[in-house]
Order: sequence, then structure tokens, then C-alpha cells
Amino acid sequence: MTRPHLTLALTLAASLGAGAALAQSTITIAQQLEPPHLDPTSAAAQAIDQVVYANIFEGLTRFQGDGSITPALAKSWTISDDGLTYTFTLQDGVTFHDGSVMDAEDVKFSLDRARAEDSTNAQKALYAGITDVSVIDPQTVAVTLAEPNGSLLFNLAWGDAVIVAPESIGDIKTAPIGTGPYTFTNWVQGDRIELSRNPDYWGAAPALDSATFKFISDPTAAFAAVMAEDVDVFTGFPAPENLVQFDADPRFQVLVGSTEGETILSTNNQQPPFDNPLVRQALAHAIDRQAIIDGAMFGYGTPIGTHFAPHNPAYVDLTGQSAYDPDKARALLAEAGLAEGFETTLHLPPPSYARRGGEIIAAQLAQVGITAEIINVEWAQWLETVFRGKDFGLTIVSHTEPMDIGIYARPDYYFQYDNPDFQALMATLTATTDEAERSALLAQAQQMIADDYVNGYLFQLAQLSVAKAGVEGLWENAPTAATDLSAIRWAK
Amino acid sequence: MGTYLLRRVLSLVVSLALASVVIFAVVEIAPGDPARFMLGVNAQPDTVAALRAELGLDQGKVARYLAWVGGMLSGDFGTSYTYRTPVAQMVADRLQVSLPLAGYALVLSVLIALPAGIYAAARRGRPGDVAVMGATQLGIAIPNFWFAMMLVLIFAIRLRWFNAGGFAGWDAGLWAGLHALTLPAIALALPQAAILARVMRSALLDVLGEDFMRTARAKGLTRGQALRRHGLRNALIPVLTIIGLQFSFLLAGGIIIEQVFYLPGLGRLIFQAISARDLIVVESVVMLLVFAVIVVNFAVDLAYVAVDPRLRARS
Repeated sequence: MTRPHLTLALTLAASLGAGAALAQSTITIAQQLEPPHLDPTSAAAQAIDQVVYANIFEGLTRFQGDGSITPALAKSWTISDDGLTYTFTLQDGVTFHDGSVMDAEDVKFSLDRARAEDSTNAQKALYAGITDVSVIDPQTVAVTLAEPNGSLLFNLAWGDAVIVAPESIGDIKTAPIGTGPYTFTNWVQGDRIELSRNPDYWGAAPALDSATFKFISDPTAAFAAVMAEDVDVFTGFPAPENLVQFDADPRFQVLVGSTEGETILSTNNQQPPFDNPLVRQALAHAIDRQAIIDGAMFGYGTPIGTHFAPHNPAYVDLTGQSAYDPDKARALLAEAGLAEGFETTLHLPPPSYARRGGEIIAAQLAQVGITAEIINVEWAQWLETVFRGKDFGLTIVSHTEPMDIGIYARPDYYFQYDNPDFQALMATLTATTDEAERSALLAQAQQMIADDYVNGYLFQLAQLSVAKAGVEGLWENAPTAATDLSAIRWAK
Repeated sequence: MGTYLLRRVLSLVVSLALASVVIFAVVEIAPGDPARFMLGVNAQPDTVAALRAELGLDQGKVARYLAWVGGMLSGDFGTSYTYRTPVAQMVADRLQVSLPLAGYALVLSVLIALPAGIYAAARRGRPGDVAVMGATQLGIAIPNFWFAMMLVLIFAIRLRWFNAGGFAGWDAGLWAGLHALTLPAIALALPQAAILARVMRSALLDVLGEDFMRTARAKGLTRGQALRRHGLRNALIPVLTIIGLQFSFLLAGGIIIEQVFYLPGLGRLIFQAISARDLIVVESVVMLLVFAVIVVNFAVDLAYVAVDPRLRARS
């Protein structure tokens, strides 16, 4: 029993008080929203992935913190010359948390389940191009596509494509069984979820024995919980105005990274007068992005000029094309025959980027003669009226799905951009596997939607996290919703 | 007596039936689809349809209403759309926080209010009375969420005596549970105590002017003895009525305090369920609360009859 002495010594050396001995092997992580349930393959809630992704569940491939895609349950793969068949070789010795062996049958089951007729997978469209999944031997599985798809390995890394065991599906929402480095132990609904280290994990053993996720939605309560050191980490901290204070406090570190969230002033392209490209261009020039970032996000966020993440290598900076220029905006409106301005609606969902940003945008639009009536809505209302009903003029929303420029190829998507050239471009992109060619096509796509001024492009949402000073390995960026526990450790 | 009881039972049943229709209608009218909410913006229409079918939302409103009411009559409150957990179990879990919190706040409120009210009444018009009344005025005026934040700032962040929020559960022990609920209970109790103290004071002052009090003094009781033996007992009737009202308010009305202290209580459950359009949870929880209030009223009605002979004679 030398361990207590060691911990005692460490405690004294660090003079951190009574909690420190425990803190070495466990961590309490807070996030704003509680997952509705724990099945990442049948809901879009990011809160689910924030708890389970890469911790409880793993897919064939996975996202790393820098956004790259690496092998996970698939050790390696080969792609047929026609680009239609991907043959995956699985990792050896992988077991589910219930002790059963993970093999090619489970992969087939999981992918077939995601693309099935009655599937409730929120990203079913990503896997719709798969025509067949066949088991070659227990360690090898072949995925056949209808057409080549350069994004397949990326799509398989999403939390929606994790490998699940057929026998555990019945209880997956409350007692998830995966292959990951952590097992689910307990969920006190409304309060916390506890995970503990999986002793039989196939990969490298993580540093932490256990982790607790807590759910604190109120920004003031979030501030208090961090200040009182009730939690060790707060990912996606909801009150950017408090970050300066944490940064100045030696007890804490502030992490500012990027997310996949393009925050846009979404515009109903079919509703007059927004069906006129001149009006949309006027809108773009009427907006002062930096004022919105400073006013609504306290300076956190990167301006964007198109629907693409600035940290992506294929990103093209097109902000200059829609630079703040109210005089030009007024001239464009006059050219469109709307010199007197017009009235429209601005639907604002609950997040502060929308509510605070919306007030600022409404004021900026007023400067050029556009009267935007602010309508505050809940998410459920937003989905019903704006997204499904398309009954809106303008709205502010952050599109958080990674690499989602493809939504502009869907004419029935709520902002209703219908450009056959763009749709053809996306079809070419999907069929292209060469990286350099893909980048060129993506640049073309970014340019096309910027030229058409489809939406007002505001800023890339920042990923803001606060942690105690001794926490290492936290993801700074959020290439996907995740809290990768196996990367986290306490500084010695 | 028999017909009176029958009438009361009948009115109870009619009230509950009406309440169920109103609750169902209001919740269903609100725009928003639970399946769409869960699947987000990338989901295909057929995926949403598949989930709606899985949740039983593809059936007509009347069929769903009948299924819901039928289930409740047999003790089945349905299964949450989002959590996929039986509503009855969720409510039972949340009551483990909300009931003790309401009880704790009520005890604090009574412990503060009654002595303060009696003290003020006994010193009517003197500086002690003015001080207590001033304090209660302040207690009513201060919003409880602001007061809660101040408590957190002082006792959790500065002094570190308490956690800023959260509730570890009763498994961690009675003391740990009470400790976690102390700041929220104080925040909830303060405005209630202020109201109660004022009610106590005015009720006692009313009684002090009654003839039987003068008689008691005339019999030779001291002022204090008369107050304790005859004054308090009669003054407690309106105070008890207010305490009863406060308890049901504290049980359902702690939503904001539960948010500030991120407690997994009933209020937060309703709040989350409304924003996620978890219709069945909203309907069943609100129905349970209505049921509780109606049954308490029914019990009070019966108690009046038992206590007051005039009511019995009339029926």
C-alpha cells in the first residue's frame, strides 16, 4: 500500500487541498445540454455525441481533435479501382462492453440498420448511397456503393455510424453497450451521467479511471459552477462575457477553438423580395460582421464569406465580396426598385448568437431601410415554422454539421436555393475521390454560393471551453460534437 | 351528508375530465413536432415519418387522447418520447428532489415567519414592528432568482461552504442531500416567509381586538398568556391556509430556482419537456399536478364539513 503515501505527497507538494488526491484519476465535465437518450444513431442531439462519441461508441473511422479522419474499429481498408467497393479489415480482439466479440456481422448490422427503410437515423442520407454490406470473414467487411463517394470514410466517422451490437439495441437508449475505452455506469436523469474505464479496451488504456458529465443549462449557473470548482471542465461554455475573468484567474485555463458551425443570416430565397439576387446582395453589404461578433459573441468567432469552415484546408476567404458597405446596400436596393426599403421577419431561435446577433442585425438593416420584425422562437417552433413550413423572411442559425455545403444542392431545403449548376457541381464532388480535385471543386462551390448571395454569411461559431489549470488534452476545436476522454489527463 | 359527498365526488371527476381535455388540447396546439426536434435539420422526411410511427404520433389526435386517458386510468402515464423512460418513473425520480426541497423551504419559511409575525404584532407600531415589516417588504420585493445568485456568490464562490448547485441524490446520505438543498431552500423560502410573516402579524392583530381576548385578560391572564392560549390558536387558521397554498406553489413553482441551482426537479423536467416537445411528459406531469391540487381541495372540502357543523346542516 504505497499508493496513499504517493498521493499524499503529491497533495502536499501541490498544496491543492483535500480534493486533489481524488482528482488525479477522475474528472467532472459540464456541458450545457443533457442528452435526451444515449443512442447516437437515432437522434441529432449533439449532447448525445458529446457524452458517448469515442468514449462509449466507436465507428469504423473516427474524427481526431484536429479534424482529421483516422482508422478506428477498421484497422485498414482498400478501395476498388472503380471506387465502388471499400473492403475494411477490422481491429483484432475487440469486444463489446457486455463481453461479446465485435466482428464483421456487427458492422453489417449497424450499417444496414442506419440505411434501412424504417431507419430513424438522423443522417440516413449520408449512408443512402450504400447498396450492400457483406461479411467476407469475421474480420473483413465489404461496403459497396451505387456511385463513387469521396466522403464515405468521413461519413463513417460520424457518431451516427458507430458500431452497435444487435442484442443491445433494445436498451441502447438508456444502457448503451459499445466498444469504446469507457463503459456506461450510471445516469441520474436531469443531473449527471457517469462513465468508467473499460478494462478490456482493445486500444491504448486511457489515463482517467472515470468521468462524470454534468448538465448546466443556465449561463449564470455555469459561471458559478466553474468558479466554485464544482466542475473541472465546462465544454461549450455558454457565457462568452465571463471568459476574460476566467482567463485572468490562475486557477483556470480558457480554450478558444473553432466548430463546424457556420452562423448565417438564412434568407428565404423564394420569398419576395429575397428572390431578387440584388436584394440579397444588398443584405450582405448591410451587415457589419465584426460588430455582430463583438456585440453578440464578445469577440469570439471568425468572419466567413461563404458556407465553409475557415479551418478547413479547402476554405476560400470571400468575406471581401460582402464587405460592410451600407451605401452600396442602399444603392442596390434602389436598383432593385426598393429605394423605400421593405419589411420582413427575422426569426430568432434561443441560442445567444441568434438572440443577441439578431438585435444587432435588425439595427444594421434598419440603417439601409429594411425593417426586420424580430420574432423569438423556441427550437421546436423554429423547426416547425421556419425549417419545415418555410414561413419566414430571415432567420439566424448556426449550421453545425461538418462539411454541409451540400445542403445548397437541395432546392427543398428551407432557404430554398435552386441552382442546377450548383447541384451538378455537388454531384461531381461526391463522385470525386482525388483530394486535390475535391479541393478545387469545393472552392468553386464556395464561390458560387457567395456570388449568388444565397444567405448572409456571418461567422464561424467558436468553441469555448473553460477548464481547471491542470487539465491536459482537451480538444480545443470541435470537428464533431465530442468530449474525447481518452485524450484527457491531469498534469503531474 | 351522503348527497353532499356524492356531489363533491362527481365534481371532482368532471374537473379531472375537463382538465385532461384542456391540457391535451393546449399541448397539441403548440407548434412543433417531437420527432423533427429529435432528428434535427439533416433528417429526411421518410426518417421523420419512421420515428413518428415508432412514437405512435402518426395516429389521430382523438385516438391518442383516448389512449392517453385510458393509460392513466390503468396507472400507465406513458413513455417519454425523448428519454424513452416511463413518465411515472421520471416523476418519481424528480419528486425525490422537488418534494424535500418544497418541504425544506416551507419549514424554513414557517420557522422565520411565525416568530417574526408574532414579534411584530406584539410590538405593534414600535421600532421592532417597523423593522420586521420593512424586512418583509424587502423580502417580497427581491426576486428569488437574484437572491439565489447572491447566495451562490457569497456561500459557494467566496466562502466555499456549499456547492454552487447540483444534487448528488439521497444515496450520498441525508446530510449530503440536505446540504445540497440548503441554498435553494433558503432562496425559495425568503419571499414565502416574508408573505407569511405579514399574514401572521395581521391575523394576530385581528384576533387581539376580539371580545374573547378582552374576556381572557379580564379573567386575569397576562398579556402573554392570553396571546399564547387564545390569540395564537385563532390566528393560526388563516396562516395555515396560506401555508397550504404555499406548499403547492413551492412544489410546482421552483422552476427558476431549479435552473439556477441545476437541480433535477419536477420544474426542470417540465421545462425540458416543453422545449423538446416531449408532449406525453408535459401532459402527464401537468395532469398529475392538477390531480394533486384537485384532490387536496377535495380533502379540504371534506375537512370543512367535519369541522364546521353549519356546513353539515346545510347539506
